[in-house]
Amino acid sequence: MKEQLSQIEVLAKQQLEEASDAKAVEELRVKFLGKKGEITAILKQMGQLSAEERPVIGQLANKVRADIEEAISERAASIKASEQERLIKEETLDVTMPGKAPKIGRLHPLNKTLEEVEEIFLGMGFEIVEGPEVETDHYCFEALNMPKHHPARDTQDTFYINENVVLRTQTSSVQIRTMENKKPPIRIISPGRVYRSDAVDATHSPLFHQIEGLVIDKGITMADLKGTLELLMKRLYGEETQIRLRPHHFPYTEPSAEVDLMCYNCGGKGCPMCKNEGWIEILGAGMVHPKVLRDCGIDPEEYSGFAFGIGLERITMGNYEIKDMRLLYENDMRFLEQF
Amino acid sequence: MDLSMKWLADYVDCDMPIKDFVSGLTLSGSKVERYEEEGSDISNVVVGKLLSVVPHENSDHLVVCQVEVGKDAPIQIVTGAPNVSAGDYVPVALDGSTLPGGIKIKKGKLRGVESNGMLCSLGELGLTLHDFPYAIEDGIFLLGDDCDKTVGMDIHKAIGLDDTCVEFEITSNRPDCMSVIGLARETAATFGKKADIKEPAFTGVEGNINDMLSVEISNKELCPRYMAGIVKNVKIEPSPRWMRERLRACGVRPINNLVDITNYVMLEYGHPMHAFDLRYVEGAKINIRNAQKGEKIMTLDGVERELSEEMLVIADGVKPVAVAGVMGGEFSGIMDDTNTVVFESACFDGASVRTTAKKLGMRTDASSRFEKGLNPQGCVPALMRALQLVEMLGAGECVNTIIDCDYSDKTPAGVEFSAEWINKFLGSDLSEEAMVNYLESVGFKVENGMAYAPYYRIDIECKADIAEEVARLYDYNSLPSTIVRGVAQAQLSPKQKFEREVKRAMVALGYNEITTYSFISPKYLDKICLPADSKLRNAVVITNPLGEDTSIMRTTALPSMCEIISKNYNNRNPYAMLFELGNEYIPVDGEVLPNEPARLTIGAYDNSGSVDFFTLKGAVEAVLDRIGLYDYEVEAASADCGFDEVSAFHPGRVAVIKKDEKAVAILGELSRQTAENYGVNTRVYAAKLNLPEIMEMSVSERIYKPLPKYPAATRDISVVCDDAIPVAKLEKAIKGAVGKTLESIKLFDVYKGKQVDEGKKSVSYSIVMRSHEGTLTDEQADGAMKRVFKALAELGAELRS
Repeated sequence: MKEQLSQIEVLAKQQLEEASDAKAVEELRVKFLGKKGEITAILKQMGQLSAEERPVIGQLANKVRADIEEAISERAASIKASEQERLIKEETLDVTMPGKAPKIGRLHPLNKTLEEVEEIFLGMGFEIVEGPEVETDHYCFEALNMPKHHPARDTQDTFYINENVVLRTQTSSVQIRTMENKKPPIRIISPGRVYRSDAVDATHSPLFHQIEGLVIDKGITMADLKGTLELLMKRLYGEETQIRLRPHHFPYTEPSAEVDLMCYNCGGKGCPMCKNEGWIEILGAGMVHPKVLRDCGIDPEEYSGFAFGIGLERITMGNYEIKDMRLLYENDMRFLEQF
Repeated sequence: MDLSMKWLADYVDCDMPIKDFVSGLTLSGSKVERYEEEGSDISNVVVGKLLSVVPHENSDHLVVCQVEVGKDAPIQIVTGAPNVSAGDYVPVALDGSTLPGGIKIKKGKLRGVESNGMLCSLGELGLTLHDFPYAIEDGIFLLGDDCDKTVGMDIHKAIGLDDTCVEFEITSNRPDCMSVIGLARETAATFGKKADIKEPAFTGVEGNINDMLSVEISNKELCPRYMAGIVKNVKIEPSPRWMRERLRACGVRPINNLVDITNYVMLEYGHPMHAFDLRYVEGAKINIRNAQKGEKIMTLDGVERELSEEMLVIADGVKPVAVAGVMGGEFSGIMDDTNTVVFESACFDGASVRTTAKKLGMRTDASSRFEKGLNPQGCVPALMRALQLVEMLGAGECVNTIIDCDYSDKTPAGVEFSAEWINKFLGSDLSEEAMVNYLESVGFKVENGMAYAPYYRIDIECKADIAEEVARLYDYNSLPSTIVRGVAQAQLSPKQKFEREVKRAMVALGYNEITTYSFISPKYLDKICLPADSKLRNAVVITNPLGEDTSIMRTTALPSMCEIISKNYNNRNPYAMLFELGNEYIPVDGEVLPNEPARLTIGAYDNSGSVDFFTLKGAVEAVLDRIGLYDYEVEAASADCGFDEVSAFHPGRVAVIKKDEKAVAILGELSRQTAENYGVNTRVYAAKLNLPEIMEMSVSERIYKPLPKYPAATRDISVVCDDAIPVAKLEKAIKGAVGKTLESIKLFDVYKGKQVDEGKKSVSYSIVMRSHEGTLTDEQADGAMKRVFKALAELGAELRS
């Protein structure tokens, strides 16, 4: 019986060597270790043995069984490993082949920039207010301290629908509508389309976008205006950004300012981008004219405020280094897909 | 306003580096656009003296000159100019010199004779006869006695081409700065210097002006002051070089001494003047009155202009001789044989001048100053200066009396001054003394809590104006930077959130956002085949458009999308997937302003064929799902579907989406005709969604539904029905028949052809049912299917065998 057992062990190991796949190994496991397997068959004959031999053979049988089990699992593991290796080889890809991307769309660069600006202002507690683009002369000019025949109207070549209706030249009209309908404190921005009869070229368009801001409350100062604009410009252009305010004239603000951004191309030294000035004009601003407040039913002795207006095209073109405004309205796919 | 720095130097010390000058004035409110050093493109050109001029041995039109140029030995130069002779002083461009236009002069040989430079004409120095009237156009510029003839001297200095011209952008509230003196005052205040401005005066010859001329103002409202002076025995000739130079630097062309004087005074004092020839003032009477109906005037520019009654004119006893503040009449001007000149220094109402100039279509230097509103007190120094200059130039004899019809109000503009208020308003911490200093530096008087503006400041009306004066001289950038105090909360409005959601969804679906003009051409409506009687043809019309292409406000956003599709197609882009969220402008009866509803338009084509009606429909459905519009119906669109743009689409491939019987969107393939109108030779798909209507009916909140606990029962069916029956009808029947256990219906096949009769189609659905109360039994599922077959049978759809 001893011999039989050792023969089984030798045979099993030999056949395992020859087994080439997982299936063959499984068959051998059944053949040697299964319920009807060879070791079981031998164990069944144990009854014929003497009481002294039984534990000896039993022990031996168990050892042979354990050895065969170990050999089987070793063989199974090695077959699995080589099988996996084969699969890996077979399935290896040229990972430098092009990807298969689903098309994703893009926001228009103007609106992408607008959303950035809106987020900055929402964070500072400014609501976003909209108003009509086809606007009365009253809201577009008169209420902004620009009566008919005011020379400042010349700087905003206006499209007229009739004597009293225009395409708004600025979104300041929305400020007036807001002040008429809401008591201070007011903190709003009004983005939107504005229209001026400028012929189309690389830096002009008869339609463009403005973002106007308005803050009215007790004790609002020009220093607040300056601080707010500095914050805005730093958020838009980075912490290093420097701006300067220059006196200017707008009929609806007093004092009025134009704001320049230190040229991001040359750092203020002067280059073609800033026409050698070192500064790039970026927005107009000022303290709301007392007359405008009064006409909107807000007492200028009690309240003060500031307003500012930014050209969205200018910021967008600066951000993306777009040199020609026409690209923004041509909407060529090769352009749109860059943002 | 162009400023000559040499001229400015008459009134204020301005020898700081030009960069400092420019930035200083810019920051105190006079923005410098640019500056230009005259003759900066000329180098190495000097004064030369011709020692000898002999004919060239190999040429009959060239001459050889020996020229003394301040070096050890004379140099030899060959020239073709006919007007040179020994003893002349001329500009000599030496070897290696540069001239305007990037021209470089090098020595060389002309027909075998060495030439070491070039003698220059006026034109070659970038000058014209207006600068040196005694020169000739097609010859060498022979320096006259008004030039410095030091041999070897740099030409800039010798002929006065060494000024710096600074271009200012002067805002409309500061007409006083459209003058040399105004800018001298600003320079002084900016740099803490003193401007030296003297009151001009003249001596004159004995005479009573009232014997020679009478002046009457009929409209004192529009002309509060009219002053006149008379110059007898005038001698018309070119002005001296210094005057010509300064006019040139300020961009004004010199004409003759009298005309130049009026321009010089206007530039110097900012107050326009006019000069009449007394001969043509009929009746020696001047009346400032409104034009009469039908009156005409031939203006100086040779154009006859019809006047209207609201226009103010300067008339003589018979006719208008000038349009007040705008332009003189043709025969009123100075001519070569003029003997007696009347100088007018007057003040006209700004709005009136502006309206008149605009109506006549002529904006002049004078009108652009008057229209901003000049102060009548400015008439005095202007007239005095003109007469002073006449004497200085020896241009005639000034009569020592003047006419001054003055109805003006001389109360100075006084505004409350409170240092405390200004600090509170600016957020500054300036002393009262500092503020007073700033104000006094620009001519204000501060007394008894009031600040009084000098007469030439027409822009001072309220406390904020005083604050601006203080702030600009302190420098805006010296103010502290603070953040608005107090807490404020802000969030997007529901409409803004909704629109952002729409855009997000479109972007996720692979569409690119576009931005188009809101105005279109009326022809664009024809391009989308809109019927002639469509209400969309009633648009807001721009009365002064840039061109027909941008002349009406769009009543439909579809053509804008089609234009962009067309552009992309014609730019050979293989595909375009686009959307726009923009307004339409719909006139409303009885309202002043139109409605401006927001529309989502979608447009797409793909030459590779990956886009079709159903990908577009799928995109629209996905957006609607994203923004919460459910339970809508899709129907084939008819002419009266609610969207007139249906005319643009393929009649068999266009659908409307309806919710509660209201059409809220149209989508489909553009008709061949429309595509052809846009020059597109591929299938184009487009859609328009009415966003406000959709928003109103959509559900923005989302509430979680528990995940299913019990398994679903799935049944696949195929039915055969008339081809004409829309599948939506079948689906509706299935939905109704299954009831609330229905989880989804999916159409997975439509078949026409073999085994299906002509005119019929086979439609296959996968129907998923599920209950949240327990596992559906086969009996329950089969029962539901029986109801389905019955409902389908009623539509004539039979189970496919």
